[in-house]
Formats: sequence, C-alpha cells, structure tokens
Amino acid sequence: MAREIEFREALREAMSEEMRADPRVYLIGEEVADYNGAYKVSKGMLEEFGPRRIIDTPISESGFAGLGIGSTMLGLRPIVEFMSWSFSLVAADQILNNAPKMLYMSGGQFGCPIVFRGNDGAGGQLGSTHSWCVESLYANVPGLKMIIPSNPHDAKGLLKSAIRDDNPVFCLESERLLSVKGDVPEGDYVVPIGEAVIHREGTDCTLVGFGRTVYFCEQAADELAREGISCEILDMRSIRPLDLDAIIRSVKKTNYCVVVDQSWSFASIGSEVAAEVHAACFDDLDNHVHRVHNDDVPAPYSHDLEQEMLPNARKICEAVRSVTYNA
Amino acid sequence: MSTTETANHVVENTVPVPDPEVLKSWLRDMLQIREFEVRSMQAYQNKLAGGFLHVYNGQEAVAVGCIAAMRHTDPVITAYRDHGHALARGLDPKIGFAELFGRIDGCAKGKGGSMHFFDRNNSMFGGHGIVGAQCPLGTGLAFATKYTDEVIKGGTSESVTACFLGDGALNQGSVHEAMNLAVIFDLPIVFCVENNRYAMGTAVGRCTASGNQITNRAIAFGMEARSIGGMDVIEVYREMKEIVDQVRATSKPYFVDIDTYRFKGHSMSDPRKYRTHEEEQEYEADDPIEKLTRYLLAQKAMTEEELKSLSKQVRLEIREAVNWARQSPVPDVSELHHDVYTDTWGDYTGTSLPGYMKPTTDEDATEGEASNGT
Repeated sequence: MAREIEFREALREAMSEEMRADPRVYLIGEEVADYNGAYKVSKGMLEEFGPRRIIDTPISESGFAGLGIGSTMLGLRPIVEFMSWSFSLVAADQILNNAPKMLYMSGGQFGCPIVFRGNDGAGGQLGSTHSWCVESLYANVPGLKMIIPSNPHDAKGLLKSAIRDDNPVFCLESERLLSVKGDVPEGDYVVPIGEAVIHREGTDCTLVGFGRTVYFCEQAADELAREGISCEILDMRSIRPLDLDAIIRSVKKTNYCVVVDQSWSFASIGSEVAAEVHAACFDDLDNHVHRVHNDDVPAPYSHDLEQEMLPNARKICEAVRSVTYNA
Repeated sequence: MSTTETANHVVENTVPVPDPEVLKSWLRDMLQIREFEVRSMQAYQNKLAGGFLHVYNGQEAVAVGCIAAMRHTDPVITAYRDHGHALARGLDPKIGFAELFGRIDGCAKGKGGSMHFFDRNNSMFGGHGIVGAQCPLGTGLAFATKYTDEVIKGGTSESVTACFLGDGALNQGSVHEAMNLAVIFDLPIVFCVENNRYAMGTAVGRCTASGNQITNRAIAFGMEARSIGGMDVIEVYREMKEIVDQVRATSKPYFVDIDTYRFKGHSMSDPRKYRTHEEEQEYEADDPIEKLTRYLLAQKAMTEEELKSLSKQVRLEIREAVNWARQSPVPDVSELHHDVYTDTWGDYTGTSLPGYMKPTTDEDATEGEASNGT
C-alpha cells in the first residue's frame, strides 16, 4: 500500500529505518537535533534516537565532515547533513580528498561508507553564495557516487541504498522539492544507485533531466505536446554511476536529445551526457544533442532574474524546437 | 630519575622508567626508523622512490615514546612525515619500502606512496598529505571508538586516539575545528604536536601567533595542555603515559606540545637556507638515539658489544628489506581501476586487501570484501 508523503518525510523515513536496522548509522550536522532540522527533514529523530545518534554540530563543515569520514575508518556509517551543499565548499578538502580517495590511497584497507546530503541548487532568491549547484563540480571526482532524486519515492529508495552502500554517496536534494508530495510504498524497499527511469514516455525527443529539472521538463513537455511534439522524459536519478544504457535506449528510439542540467554548462554533467550520447548514438541522432543549463552567471537575487537564469520550461521548449526542426 | 636535560616537570611525573629490556626495544625501534630513513633518502637519490619524501630523522623519540604509551588497539593518525609512526606501530619495513618504491607489495599496493602509510592491523590510519586534514579524521576515530564502546556495546569508552600534527598545521582552520569538536563532544584524543620549529621552511615564530607558547591554542578551547621535551624517548613516554591514561579515564581531549627537531630538510629538495648550520649542529648534538644509548650504557643496562650487535642487526634487517622491496613487482596495469569503489561497475574492479594483510589460511574470508575497519 502506498501513501502520499512529502519528499522530506521520505528522506526522514529512509534515515530512521536504516538507523533502526543498523546501530552503526548516525546523523550529524548543523541543527539536525534540537532544532528538528533547518528544513525539518530530521524532525522527531532526536526524540526517537537520542543525542548520541542525532548529533548537533557547530557551524564547522570541514570539522564535522572530516569527523564523519574518520569514523568510517573504524566501521561507523554516518549520514552527514549539510544544511546546504553551498556550505560544503568549505569542507571541500575533506569530502573530495579524503572520502572518495581513502580506499585507493590505502590500497583497499579503508573504505568510506558515508552519506553526505542536503539542499542543492537555487532555493529562491538566496543570492549567489547560497545557490550553488555542486553536482558538476563534485561529479568530476572518481571514488564517489552521486544521487539526485526528483520525487519522494526515489528519495527514500535511493537514500536507503546510499546508507547501505560501502562507498561515499553524495545525495543532492532541492529545497524547492522538500514539500512535494508523492506515493511511497509502505515497508522496506530500495531504488538501486545507477538506474535511470523513464518518467514519461514519448516518441519525438528525449529530455534527460535529474532532480528539480524533471519538473521543468514536465512543464515543457506539456507545452510541446500541444504543438504536437511528444517528449520522452528520462530521470537520471543517479549521476555516478551514470545509467548511460537507459539514455541510449531512449535516444535510439526518438533520435533527438536535449539534456537539462541545473548546473552551469562549462565542463558539466550536461556536457558529459551530451558527449557520451554523441559517441554512442552517432548514427541514430538526427541532430546534435542540445543542452539547457543555468545561465553562465552567478545566481542573482532579484526574482525575475533568478527565474530567467534557471533551466526553465521556456528554454527547454526552445531547445526542443531547435533540435527537432528537421523532424 | 629524570633522564633529560630539558624537562622540568618530569620530576613530578610518577610513571616509572621502564625496564632495561623495554628501553632496549625502544632503542631498536628508533634505530630502525633512522636506518629506514637513511635508506629512503638513498633510494630517493637512486630514483627508486619518487614524488615527495619527508624523512623523520631527529624526531624518532616522539613516535616511539608516544606509541609506547598507548595500547596497540588505540588509533594513530598523522600527516605526511609518517614513516616513523608506521614503523613504531609495527609496520614491517619491507612493506614500507615496497610502498616507497611503488610496488604491489606495499601497504597501499604502491598507490599511496611515502605520504600515505596505512596499516589497519596495527591501528595505523595514515599517512595524510594535506596539512591539518588528519585532525578532523582523528576526531572521527576518537568519536568512533567512543560510539562503538558506549552506544553500540553499551559499555564505557576504552580507547585513546593519538592524532599527530606538526607546528605548521596549527594555522589550518581544520585543526581548530577538530579541537573544538573534540572538546564539545568529550572525545578521547591526544593532539600530539611535533613542534620541530619549522612549517616547511618558515620558522614557527614567523607564522604562528603566540608561537613561543603554542599550548595557548589549546587553552583557548578549554583543553588541557602541556609542553614536553621530544628528544628524550623516556621523557616522551612518561609524559605521554600520564596523558594517555588520563584521557582514557576522563574521555576528554588533551594537547601536547612536543619540542623536537627535524635533522633533515622539509623534503629532499630543501636546501635549508632558512636556518644556520650552527643551529643544526646544536640539535644534532641532542640526538635522541645517542641520548638513550648513553643512558643505557651509563646504567650498565647494555654493553658496547650489545649496542654494536643491535646496530648491525638493524642495518642488516633494513638492507634486506630494501632488497626484498626491490624484487617486488610493480603493480599490474589492472590495478589502476582497482580499489576506486568497493563494488564492480564499468571499468572498476572492486577492492581487496593488500597482499601482506590477506589471511594465508582462509583466503575467502576477507578477500575482495569491502574493508571498513572493525
């Protein structure tokens, strides 16, 4: 039986269920305990698990991220919450140097089963420093896995997989999606890391998105359907490993592809997917892959400017019309 | 009972000087480290070892004395000048040389190098290349032992983590964050500052506020701290024993400023223009190995013949270790994509323990498994 719950509740259920099952799992971060989570993701967890396992930290990302990583070397399995991935930048050395490389640098002696999670992307007029999309920066690093769920079902299933994974997993959530509701099954289930899903079937053009951009793709697909263009929306869900096979299957069917990525275009997930699709579908494509990104500017504060910066439905429609002009 | 020319509070210390046999084993450990480093420098000059090489000559009493004060299961973590700690912890020198030479039999299969000596069976958690970055990790080790003992097992905290850092690391934010976390979480950790007076080539006084009394840093966090001499292994041991026992009992962090000296440069490319030859000679006259030797001879705990025999034995062991490591194969190209992830996908081929850690009797027990500590 499925029930409809919010994205943030799905995340909370994933963490709580895994913590009940495994005493090595703990949650640490700013305001996760007494405050009930800056975005209420961990609401009520202090009450259930107590302060030894739901741990408030000082504003000290490098310190508590490193503490979490160090604790994995003795077998613990922390969930480290960044209030915002924007704040993870001050912990970059720990999360990029130590977590993903410990296994390699130690020749297989020490793995790093840790989950880093928190809000990523524009939250709503937060200005440039608080509107980071870290996915393209961080996905560049071998040794880590990255998931970006778009709905409550996947959020719960992917986060449970991440907590059970023996590798460092970066889980990027969107503040704009935390209140989104969706069907989530009762009981235990996981969504495997590395499997994309067809979000909506279509025949004329493949839209490849992840996280919040799936909703931009939906809006665009609705509008394009009225023009007689049928879009297939593929939700990547995982960035590392990337389910390239699923993307290729869809592109071989539609012969057109638009990648929608909320990070900046230069050396990005969007450019990576486009390069891979060009290599794998060279004979199937009827046009080159088009990409829709954040505009190549720092995130502005002013509402209208911010909306214009995002990879919004209008830009996606323009890209699809442009890519399929010869269809 | 004080054996040192520099310490003033040893007299108050009630930790007894260990038996001569124990002292002789420390002498052996220090000689082994010194000889390992001498051979490392040779290997570097002969291009057997590459990258950066930071040797430990002069600081041997610190690693040996501190580690002697701990239990073998107590975690140890340090920065990039890590050979001494790994050897003091029990790493076989031949495995160390194999790592230096980039060979498959190294402790990290040749993937870590000089700066990344890990040895799980001896509770040696690296070997970390970024200055200060090991300190948050060290608090994580202390957090993990305490969490495991108290939250998972329901008992009391048993272990103490030794987190080594240099005086140069004191100006890294991550070190301050780690010290703050250690205090607010009551973590059983000792921050052992190997104060060798130079952050690479910059004298501590030129780059560190209140550098003449670095324990001020700890006092600002409400952490207990003391300064000790680091050129006398007996003093280091007796001070550290007291500290480690206290931390084990109270589960509160401690900061110890250990006065020592780096006989060689920061790395092999260091012309040491920032300090005088006279200064170097002064400290070289305070050699911790010679000091313990003098003490043992004066106490008649060891004869000149025994000393010669011990030195010869260590030289032979290290020479054999170098030869053994030279015979070790370079890693197969397939190793490139091994140990990146614990699982297999795409080009990645999973992970396995280094050869020297694999059980010889029951090969299926851990081979290929993810290795996440206990």
